[in-house]
This record gives sequence, structure tokens and C-alpha cells, in this order.
Amino acid sequence: MMASNYNAKEEDGHQPAAIGHGGAGTVKNKKPDNTAFKQQRLPAWQPILTAGTVLPAFFVIGLIFIPIGIGLFVTSNNIKELEIDYTGGDMSSPCYNCSQSYSWNSTKPCTCSVPFSLDQPFESNVFMYYGLSNFYQNHRRYVKSRDDSQLNGDKASLKSPSKECEPYRTSDEKPIAPCGAIANSLFNDTLELYYIDPNGSRTAIPLVKKGIAWWTDKHVKFRNPGGNDNLTVVFQGTSKPVNWRKSVYELDPSDPDNNGFINEDFIVWMRTAALPTFRKLYRIIHKKPNMTPTLPLGQYILEVTYNYPVRSFEGRKRMILSTISWMGGKNPFLGIAYITVGSVCFFLGIVLLIIHHKYGNRNHSADIPS
Amino acid sequence: MGSLLSRLGLECGRKAVKEEERHLRANDRELNLSYKYSDNAIKTSKYNIFTFLPLNLFEQFQRLANAYFLFLLCLQSIPEVSSLPWYTTVVPLVLVLSMTMAKDGSDDMNRHRCDKQVNNRQVEVLVEGELQSEKWMDVQVGDIVKLENNQFVTADLLLLSSSEPLNLVYIETAELDGETNLKVKQALTVTGKLEDSVEKLANFNGEVRCEPPNNRLDKFTGTLTLKGETYSLDNERILLRGCTLRNTQWCFGLVIFGGPDTKLMQNCGRTTFKRTSIDRLMNVLVLSIFGFLMIMCLILAIGNGIWEYQEGSKFAAFLPKGVNAPFSAFLTFWSYVIILNTVVPISLYVSVEIIRLGNSFYINWDRKMYYPKNDTPAEARTTTLNEELGQIKYIFSDKTGTLTQNVMTFNKCSINGKAYGELLDFSGQRVEINEKTEKVDFSWNNLADPKFCFHDNSLVEVVREGNPEVQAFFRLLSLCHTVMPEEKKEGELYYQAQSPDEGALVTAARNFGFVFRSRTPESITVVEMGELVTYELLAVLDFNNVRKRMSVIVRSPEGKLTLYCKGADTIIFERLNPSCSNLTEVTTLHLNEFAGEGLRTLALAYKDIDPEYMEDWKLRHHVANTAMDEREEKLDALYEEIEKGLLLLGSTAVEDKLQDGVPQTIEQLSKADIKIWVLTGDKQETAENIGYSCNMLREEMNEVFIVSANTSEEVRKELQTARRKMTPDGTEEPTVKKSRSGLFCLQKTETVADEPVNGEYAMVINGHSLAFALEKDMEIELLRTACMCQTVICCRVTPLQKAQVVELVKKYKQAVTLAIGDGANDVSMIKAAHIGVGISGQEGMQAVLSSDYSFAQFRYLQRLLLVHGRWSYLRMCKFLRYFFYKNFTFTFVHFWYGFFCGFSAQTVFDEWFITLFNLVYTALPVLSLSLFDQDVNDWWSFQYPQLYTPGQLNQYFSKRAFVYTVLHSGYSSLVLFFIPWAAMYDTVRDDGKEIVDYQSFALLAQTCLLIAVSIQLGLDTHYWTAMNQFFLWGSLSVYFAVIFTMYSNGMFLTLTSSFPFIGTARNSLNQPNVWLTMLLTSVLCVLPVVAYRFLRILLWPTINDKVRYKVRQDKVLPPTPRRVQARRTSTRRSGYAFSHAQGYGDLVTSGKFLRRTPKSRPALFSQTDSPLAQTQPQFYRTISEREEPPLSP
Repeated sequence: MMASNYNAKEEDGHQPAAIGHGGAGTVKNKKPDNTAFKQQRLPAWQPILTAGTVLPAFFVIGLIFIPIGIGLFVTSNNIKELEIDYTGGDMSSPCYNCSQSYSWNSTKPCTCSVPFSLDQPFESNVFMYYGLSNFYQNHRRYVKSRDDSQLNGDKASLKSPSKECEPYRTSDEKPIAPCGAIANSLFNDTLELYYIDPNGSRTAIPLVKKGIAWWTDKHVKFRNPGGNDNLTVVFQGTSKPVNWRKSVYELDPSDPDNNGFINEDFIVWMRTAALPTFRKLYRIIHKKPNMTPTLPLGQYILEVTYNYPVRSFEGRKRMILSTISWMGGKNPFLGIAYITVGSVCFFLGIVLLIIHHKYGNRNHSADIPS
Repeated sequence: MGSLLSRLGLECGRKAVKEEERHLRANDRELNLSYKYSDNAIKTSKYNIFTFLPLNLFEQFQRLANAYFLFLLCLQSIPEVSSLPWYTTVVPLVLVLSMTMAKDGSDDMNRHRCDKQVNNRQVEVLVEGELQSEKWMDVQVGDIVKLENNQFVTADLLLLSSSEPLNLVYIETAELDGETNLKVKQALTVTGKLEDSVEKLANFNGEVRCEPPNNRLDKFTGTLTLKGETYSLDNERILLRGCTLRNTQWCFGLVIFGGPDTKLMQNCGRTTFKRTSIDRLMNVLVLSIFGFLMIMCLILAIGNGIWEYQEGSKFAAFLPKGVNAPFSAFLTFWSYVIILNTVVPISLYVSVEIIRLGNSFYINWDRKMYYPKNDTPAEARTTTLNEELGQIKYIFSDKTGTLTQNVMTFNKCSINGKAYGELLDFSGQRVEINEKTEKVDFSWNNLADPKFCFHDNSLVEVVREGNPEVQAFFRLLSLCHTVMPEEKKEGELYYQAQSPDEGALVTAARNFGFVFRSRTPESITVVEMGELVTYELLAVLDFNNVRKRMSVIVRSPEGKLTLYCKGADTIIFERLNPSCSNLTEVTTLHLNEFAGEGLRTLALAYKDIDPEYMEDWKLRHHVANTAMDEREEKLDALYEEIEKGLLLLGSTAVEDKLQDGVPQTIEQLSKADIKIWVLTGDKQETAENIGYSCNMLREEMNEVFIVSANTSEEVRKELQTARRKMTPDGTEEPTVKKSRSGLFCLQKTETVADEPVNGEYAMVINGHSLAFALEKDMEIELLRTACMCQTVICCRVTPLQKAQVVELVKKYKQAVTLAIGDGANDVSMIKAAHIGVGISGQEGMQAVLSSDYSFAQFRYLQRLLLVHGRWSYLRMCKFLRYFFYKNFTFTFVHFWYGFFCGFSAQTVFDEWFITLFNLVYTALPVLSLSLFDQDVNDWWSFQYPQLYTPGQLNQYFSKRAFVYTVLHSGYSSLVLFFIPWAAMYDTVRDDGKEIVDYQSFALLAQTCLLIAVSIQLGLDTHYWTAMNQFFLWGSLSVYFAVIFTMYSNGMFLTLTSSFPFIGTARNSLNQPNVWLTMLLTSVLCVLPVVAYRFLRILLWPTINDKVRYKVRQDKVLPPTPRRVQARRTSTRRSGYAFSHAQGYGDLVTSGKFLRRTPKSRPALFSQTDSPLAQTQPQFYRTISEREEPPLSP
């Protein structure tokens, strides 16, 4: 950038040694050092794309990808998954009434039961998810509306939450705990599952509500202020989020290890989703010690305490029951993609091989004009 | 640029009051100080401790890029807009600012040191009647200073008196204008009388009124008023700062301009700032990228508006305070400006500078461009032009000192029909002469010049035997010339010749026993084979361009009158006595042979003159010489009359020594499709001769056009004839392509298309014709004709014309030009060309000082261009292509994510990743690619010079290549966003827990991106050194180390709000489907590229691909074939080879230059090592002792 300005030294011109470097008496030879680096002779590997490397690579990729793809596809297909949309959008839906009478603060819970049947048994552990669609948990204003220090149990933040939480920072001049839009919009439907025996009696299926959050979230990221003792006292002087019906220390009064900020339902919600359609782990149905399937085939009823309004933004609410595999939940995409890419690779390899056979000699004659 | 502007601004500010006239009185500090003229301290430094920070920051923020980032920073401080935390911009900005600051600071420290050193030099100043030693910086305007021999001139001085007669001083101005010859300055007689009497000087109270400070080196106007009388002052009386006093014991001067007001300082600095074509292209690209960025932001902002209107308003229960849709869109626009700013990252500029700096260092370090004889390594004086070296299309070269060594050697001769100078072995075969060949022993002659070498012993034998013809031959050489001898010590002779040819001939005669010893206007003293003989010099028949010969008429001690003549063979042969016809034939054969070897030939002849005729002739000569009108014509007729019936003695052949490897270099460069034009101040014959000897002009060329006309119309006609001959069916009108380029397309350019020519042609044009041809209405004609020729030689051109020719080609060809030269007369063209190269270690420093690259030998040019230039260009293009690919891919992913997050300007990646991506994760691998990469090594680069042509055609990086890059990154970004999106959609971890949360998805997307761009880097790398591997793998491992560190418990617990990604790395990276997704994205990104490149190499291989394939096949380098320079048989003969001007004969006989005896200035010609010093005629300046007429007061 600098244009070369006058340099007083240049006035000296012919006497370069006038102010010698270091003033050493010896006449230093200006010959550059003979190092591989300075002479740009560093030893190097110079790969070029030849038929000998490219074609085998294509075939190898093809041969590796196709089996992986098949494996993934089969695995994904073996996963049993059941999805029930209980939004209640149309009249025929059992939850239609609940969905119409929307209010965050209605004291009277609205319940509805959705019957469904399993036509094959679910073996092993079954995971119960709730899914929301068209819910922008990844909206920038939404994502940053939280205070991690407060959730980490920092008492100062508890009393004065971060400004990011506005407008869910204070309510009635009391700080909100937990503050922010994410916490405020906590999913508050209650889902219960009943098995209908062929004889007509309902058996409640035990739903485990612990072990659904990441270990790091539960044990590091989220902490109650002042440990787990007497949350009522700790949260004294704070206000509950405006949309909540109960305070944060009442989330699970039965289990102090699942109450307050370390309530796992709360933690799961606070891990915001990346995409506007997402599912979140709600409960786990552990497999039974005996050989009977966790969920045998038959009739079931999903009892929903319908609190969460989604109709305004045309959202959908789903309940998902799913088993899992070594590669997670059901998603056939990866398997199909691998099979496709592998086949394309293989095919491309063949095409390139043909082209190489036909025109390959062009390059080899090395007819470099001189 | 910015720094320049501010500097200008500062300087302007300082000169608030413009000086109208300078007025000062000697020895009157009080009066002089009242004018507040600046003292002699100079300050080239820009900052001091206190101003450094604010000034430097001010300068830096004038750079567009920095200002842009400052603007972003301001945007980020608005919470509604800020989509990224402040540190994403601050960290890179601070890094860049502090790096530049460190560089500027150290530069300024250097300048401070130099200033201090110069300011603290001592000089003797007359203070209160006494001479005191003072520092330079304490010298004031109006002081009288005393300078001694070899001292630098302290300031711009009015010369008062000197130790030399006539108040002369000799100065060397090499540092000022690059000319190494001494110049003479003379004081006014009235001040000269002061001599070195301190008393008189102290009482001297002359008043000077003169022009205000300016930068005209060759002009000065002012008056000196002394005791009521006014004397005019001109440049002859002024010693300028920057000169050195030579051969003068002492002198006194009155300080007129000090420090910053001196002409040296007024002249310095502010060289035009050169930019490379890539730079210009980059500016255009950056601007269009900004436009592109705005469009992207606009799309997303509109999307946001729609989203807010359709969904966001209904989503209000969940979102914190919604705003109305248009305002939200407006805010989102700026948020996206922040997020997407990575398309033009600040690190681009830093990296470009680093790459150029690195490649400049390679040039400095190159041992193959180091010249051991002068201990001069090559030097990249400008570090910002490297890649342009790989795009040169036209080279403009000086001749003397650049192509040639400017050393003439007496090489061969033909005496009385016998050729000497060849070495033959027993079988009569020619033996090649090289360094090891035994030299002729001249020890029998104690006056011989030890530096002279000759290889043919037979000539010495003949001359010592006393062969009369041979002796006459050398006698002629020792008498017929205008050389000045100088004998500092007994037996140590130095010749001052105006033309190096003459010097070589006289030196040859000296070594063969005919030593020219001394001359007076009337006589010449020669030691002939040890015997002192004084000839009476009766007449000198001077050389001129028409005559092409010179003669002397001398009377030997025996009283014999002889005319000795030497000149162009064609001219001499016309005037020979018919009895010489046999000899003429043989000599012609020899001359052809000499000429074929590129030697400069002269024919020698003599004639005995009848004394009576001589008396008569002399009388007529005197009459003609004093004639008032038509003197020239009369003299010519007289000369013509007496130079008749000559007897041929033989001919000489002088070699204008080319620098080593010049023909090979030129051949290589022309193979690389570089056109070489020679622009020389030399005469046409000399230039042509060199053209032949360095293989630019060849016998087998269809035609060599010679344009030397005297009127504008004739020049046009000659040019047109030449053009029509070259393309008989070409169009009359030039095809001019008009286009616009540059920022905002403000620059109008006209490009004259290249025209096809069949056959090889060359053009020689002289300066006179060139002046006409460079006129506005003819320049296109000249350009068209010249560009069709393989070789263009312009001779007798002035420095200004050199620059004009360069500008012409620059203007109409839109090609990159390079000018190479060594002397002050090349400075203009060096500055005009895109790249200026100075040959160091020959003449003055001026060419080197204004050049961009300098080295010691012309032949290094091929290495500079074919190796360093090509590599630099390749690397820079690779870098830019890759860099834009990387950042566009990075940015586009955000663009796609916009459609899935309600256009809310949410980032896909972790904010820390955004901060560190360019600076840490990808910086070093890219740098190592662009510092180490080479397609083929230097040996192969030389082997196939045509590898150079892609650079000339801008093939590696152009707007088209840029568009391809953008499309490529568009594809990659689609893969990098939608594959993870699809693979993760509605899925969970292998323990049923979440994986599609924002943090895990960000981690996955950024890891995929980093791996994909790393693999792409690997594909682009052709030359995998250990460094490349280390940096690539190192960066990837650093990435993983950093994410595990930043997502660790410790970091979260210490800085909770800055590291919310706790546990993400641990929880995500143990999932098999995450890794499978990464593999899939990488393969999908790379596969099409590999397939495309493979097909391209297979079906449309470029020259690079072919050579690389060949390199791989012959792993072992075959030995370089030694090119044997074939001897050319030529029918072309060089003309009269004197390169001197007319009129020296007069000087020799007038004796004006002999006024000063050699003893009084013993060291005047001490600089015999500088060839120019011998060739410049300025020494012989006629110095009149005319009294200055006092101006009427």
C-alpha cells in the first residue's frame, strides 16, 4: 500500500555498508542460503489425476457405498415407528374441541383421548416423542431469548436476568425465572398412554420421565441455584414465566432431582431445535424383563391434556412412538443416499473407463508443441 | 492509497503560506530566521510516539476494507440488528490492524534511524567568523558551509568559491539523476575571489533573491546582490543536496534551501502506485460481490417481510415482541449484511499481501539470480506486483548495459589480406575460445594494458618481426582517433574515449606496441615499439553521420605526410586506389565473416600526401574553415577531395560484448510468446548489429523493415507499406475493440486486436521517425505495424520516447508490459511500464531505485518471468479461486438456512466457528497452498516456456473463472446444507435423545463444511510438501481440539454466556450417522470435481496437464542439451561502428579541454570502472572565462 517514499538512507547510495548490519567487521557475502525451502526445492509429492487413480477410486467408492447404504436402509426400515397427529384441526378429530378453546391461562384443563392401534408389537425400549411442526424454535429472536447463567444457577442472574430475555425478563417488577421466550413457551401438554385389553380394561403404560435429557445438560449446563435444597426458598422473589401455570419449582414436586431448572422436560425444551419441524423426547417405555414385547399389538388410547396452542400459526402436534437402532431413529434418507451415490459412482466409473479407452491416447502422446 | 492521501494532506497542511520568493542574506542568521525557512533537518518519518496510534489508525481506516469492517462493527452494536456477537468482527479486525500497525511501525522506526543518521552528519559551518563543525540538521538557510572532497552536499548551496582554478567544482550526481559522469559547476567570479579566506567569507553579506522551493533539478533562477551590484544566478552556480563533491579539495557554499525545501526532497517520494491486473480485477469482483451480497440480503429481507406477515404475526405468543413486517424486514436486511459479510472477508486482503510478500522473498532468496561477481542478489523492491510477472506480454529493453556489457573488445582483424584473431588447431579447425584459452603474453611491452586479452599469438609475432603493413595498421589505430590520454603515474595510462569502440582500438594498438601516449592540439606522441615518436597533427577530418569516416593528417618526424583514415567499409572501399582491388576482395570476405559473428567492423586505409599539395589544401582548408556561409559544405568538399585514392590496410572487428546468456534468454522469452522491443539511444547500425548478435534479427526473416524518414508523410507511408507487405489481404482499418473496465466501468479502454501475419518480420525505427509516428494521428498505425513484427528495435530514442512507446502499447493492447534497463535514461520507461526491472551494479542507482525488481544480469529475466512470475501468478490465481470458493460456500449455507429459520438471520454455525474459520481453521493450509504450490519445477518451466502463455491470456483467474467458482460453491453449499438437513430430519440419537437441536446441527454443518473445503484444497494442491500436509492436518486437528475445548464444561462454567455449546461435541461426534453424513457430503462435494477434472485432462488437456504428465513419465531429468551457437554466414555487414557524435575533432584541435593540466586534478578520471564515464563527452565542456556582466541595478 505504501508508495516508496524517499528514504534518507538512499542518499548514501554506493556505501551500503555505511551502517552495517550489526557492524560486524567481516564482509558478509550476500549470496542467499542454499536451503531447500528458500530455493523452493522442498521435496514434494505431486499427484496427478490419472486413469490409474481416478477410475479405481470411483469403483471403490461405489463398492463401499452400496453395502453401507443397503445396511442403513435395512436398519432404518426395521425401526418401528408410529406417529399420531393430535392437533385436532378438523372436526372429526377427538381433540377438535380442545384445540378450539385456546387460552394459555385457562385453569380448566381440556383433555381428549385419541385411540389408535398397533398392528405389530414394539420390542425393546420404546421412545415416546412429541413433535411440533411449523414451530420456529430456530428463530433468531427466539433462540437468543434465554439466560444461560440463570439456568446454570447463578444467583445474580436469577435476581436480574440478562437483557436478552426481554420482554420475558420481569413480570410485576419481579425477575422471571426461568426468563426468556424459550422457557416461556414450554411445551405443556401431558401425554398418557393406555393399553386397551381385548376385554376392554385400560392399563396405564409406565412412562419414565428421567433420562431423556443429555447428561451434560442435566449435570453441567442446568443447575438449580443453591443446589437442590428447598427450591421454594431459592426461587423466592422471582416470578413464573407469564405463560406458565405453575412455578419452576413446582415442575416435579415429587422428585427433587427432577425439579426446578433440572427438570428434564424443561431441559429438553430448552435445547432448541434446528429446524421448524422437530420432535423432542418425552418419555421412555422401558422394555419388560420378560420376553413380552414392550408394546404388544392391539388397541391403545393416548390421553392428552391439551394445553399447548398451535392453531394460530398452523402448527401441528404429534405423538411419536419409536424404537431405535444403532444409527438412531427412523430416517431412510441416509440409506437411499448412500445407495444412490454408490451406484452413480460405479456408473460414472464405467462411463469414464469407456471415455478413457476411446480418447485416452490424446494425452499420452504428449504432443507438446515447441 | 489511503496513507498516500493522508500524507499529501499533511504536507499540504504544513505549507499553509505559500512562499512567493526566497530572500536571504549571507551570514545574517537573524534576518534569515525571520522568514522562518525550514532548516536543514529532514524528516521522512511519519509518526512519533504520540501520533503513531491515532494517525496510523486514521490511515488504516481509509482503506475500504477496514472501513467496511468498522461499519459492520457499528451495525453489530445495535442489538436489534446484531446477528453475530461483536467478537466475530473485532477479532479479525484487531488482528489485521495490529499486523499492519507493526509493519508500519517498524518501517517508521527505520526511517527515524536513517533520518537521525543523515541529520547528524557533520559539516563545517562558518559561525561568527570561525569554522565550526556542526550537525547537518543545525545548518540554517544563509549559513556558509565548507565542503571537502568526496563529501555529500549538505543542502542546496550557492557555490561561492573553490580550490580549483576558475572556481570550478566537480560533482557526481548519481544519487540525484543516476548519471555517473562528473559535472562541472562554476562559481561567480565575484564570489570566487573570496577563496578560502575565513575573514573575507565572514564579511560576505551578499543578498540572494530566488525562486521558491521547487522540484526542477535543471533549473534555477535568482539574483545575488553584493555591494549594490546584482548578478544573475542560474543552475550553474548551484550545488544540489544529494550530489557528491569529487576531485575538488574544498569549496564554500551558501545555503539557499535546507532540508525539506531542497530539490532532492522536493523530488522524492510519491512514485506512482502500481497495481496489478489481478488487483484491478479483484476490485471489480469485490464490488460486484458487494452487489451480489446486497441482492442476497434483499431476497432474505423480503422473505423475512413475507414471513413476518404470514407467520410471525401469528407466532407472536411464542416470539419476543414482534415488530411490524416492513420494519422487521429492514432490520433483517442489515442483520444479513453482517452474517453474509464473509463473502468479502478481511482476511482476503491480508492473505494476498502475505502471499505476495512470500513470493517476493523467494525472489530475494534465489541463488540462481545471484550474481557472484558483484555480490548482488536479485531484489524484489516492490512486493505487490509478483503475479503480474506471470502475465508479461511485452518487454521493452534498453540495450547498453542491459543486453550488452557496454564493453568493447578488439577481437579480430584483417591486415593486408590475412585474418588474425582466430585460433586454429593443427588440422586447421577453429578452436572455440573460452575463459581457459591461453592469452597472448604482452609482458614484453611495459606500457600494455593488463586487462586486454587476445588469443592469437601470430599477430604479436608478426608485429614484433616488424612487418610494415601490420605496423602501419597499428600506427593508424594509435593516431587516428579523438581519445584523450591520462597518465597519472609514469607508465600508467588511462584513455578517455567518447566511444568505447575507439577506446578498444587504441588500447589494442597500445598492447601491440603502438602506445598512444599524449597529445597536444598540434601533436600526438606515440611510443612505437619502445621508441618515442612525436607526430605533428596537421588536420583532423572529423566524423559525421554522412561521412561515416574520420581521418587525420600527420607529419612524421622524418617529415613524411600521411593521411590515416578509418571508417565504414562501404565508404572506404569507394575511395580506394584501384591497385587495392585484390586486397579489397579478400578483406571483404573477412569483413563478411566478422559481421556474421556480430562484430562491429571498420576498414582502415592510408595515403601518403605530397607536401606541396598539402600546403595548398591547408590554405583552402583555412579559408573554408573561416568562411561565413556554407562552411560545412565547403569543408565536406575539401575532405572529399583529399580522402581519395586511399590504400587499404585492413579491417578491425570489435565485439560489443553481450551479457552472458542474452541470446538464449531472448529465445526462451520469445518461445513464451513474449514480444521484445529494444529501445536504445544507440545508433541504428549498432542497434541492428546487436539485434543480430542476440538473435532477435535473423537472416532467415522475410524482411527487416527500416523506418527512417524525415517527414510525417514518409513515415506513414513506410509504416503502411510494411504493414501491407506483412498482411497483403488485411484490412485497412484497425479493428478497435472498445470496452469499459475498472470500477463502475468508468474506464474506457480501446484495444487494437492482434492481426495475423504469415512469415517473420522485424522493424527498425529511428528516433526521428518515431517522433512522427508517436503523434496522435499515427500512433495506431505504428502500433499495428510494430505489433505484427517479431522484433522491434527503436534506436536513437530519447528517454521520453521510451516512455511514450511503453504507454502506447499499454494503452491499445491492454497487455502487461515490462521495461528493463540500467541507466538514468531508462527511468521514465521503467516507471511507465507495469513492471520495471533495473539492472543493478552497472551505472548509477537511479534505474534500480525506481524499479520494482532488480538484479545484475539480463539473463535472470527468464528466471524471474518463467519461474517466479509463473509460479506467483499460478499461486495467486489458485489462492483467489480457492478463497472465493471457500467463502462463498460458507456464506451460501447461511443463505439456504434462511429459508428454514423464518429469515431471521440466524447463523447455521457456531459464532466461534464463524470467527475462527478464516483466521485459524483455513488460514494456514491456504497460505501453504499459495506459497509452496508449483505445477512443474523450474527445470521443466525452462524446458517448456510455452507454459507461460496461460498467464498472458488471463486463463487462471478471470471473470469467467470467478463465475465458475461461484457456481461450484453454490453446488457445494447445497450439498453441505441439504444433506445434513435430510439426514437429520426427524431423527434421534442412538439412545433416543435429541440430535436435531440447533447446536448439534451447527456442529454437523460446520464440520462437514470444514472437511469439504479441506478436501477441495487437497484437490487443488499440486505440490504436496511436508508443510502442506502439516498445515492441512494440523488445521483439522486444531479444529477438533478447539471444539472439544470450547464445548467443554470448564469453558462453559468460566464464561457461561460465551460458550453455550457445552457438550455438543461430545454428544454429537459419537454418533455413527453424524460421521456417515460427513462422509456423504464430502464425497458428494468432491466427486463431480474429480470427474470433471479427469475428463478435462483426458479430452482437452492444457499445456500444463501435458507437461505434468510428461514429468511423471520421465522421472529422471534428461541432461540439458547444450545449445551450440551456430556460426552464421552473413552477407550483412555492419556499418561504421563509431557510436560517437560529431564535433570531437574540433575539440581535440582547439585544445580547450587541455587548458587544465592533468596534474592539477589528478583524480578526475579515477572512475575507470564505470564505462559510461568514459563515453560521456561532458568532461570536455568548454568553460569560458567570461565575466558576468552586472545587471543594471
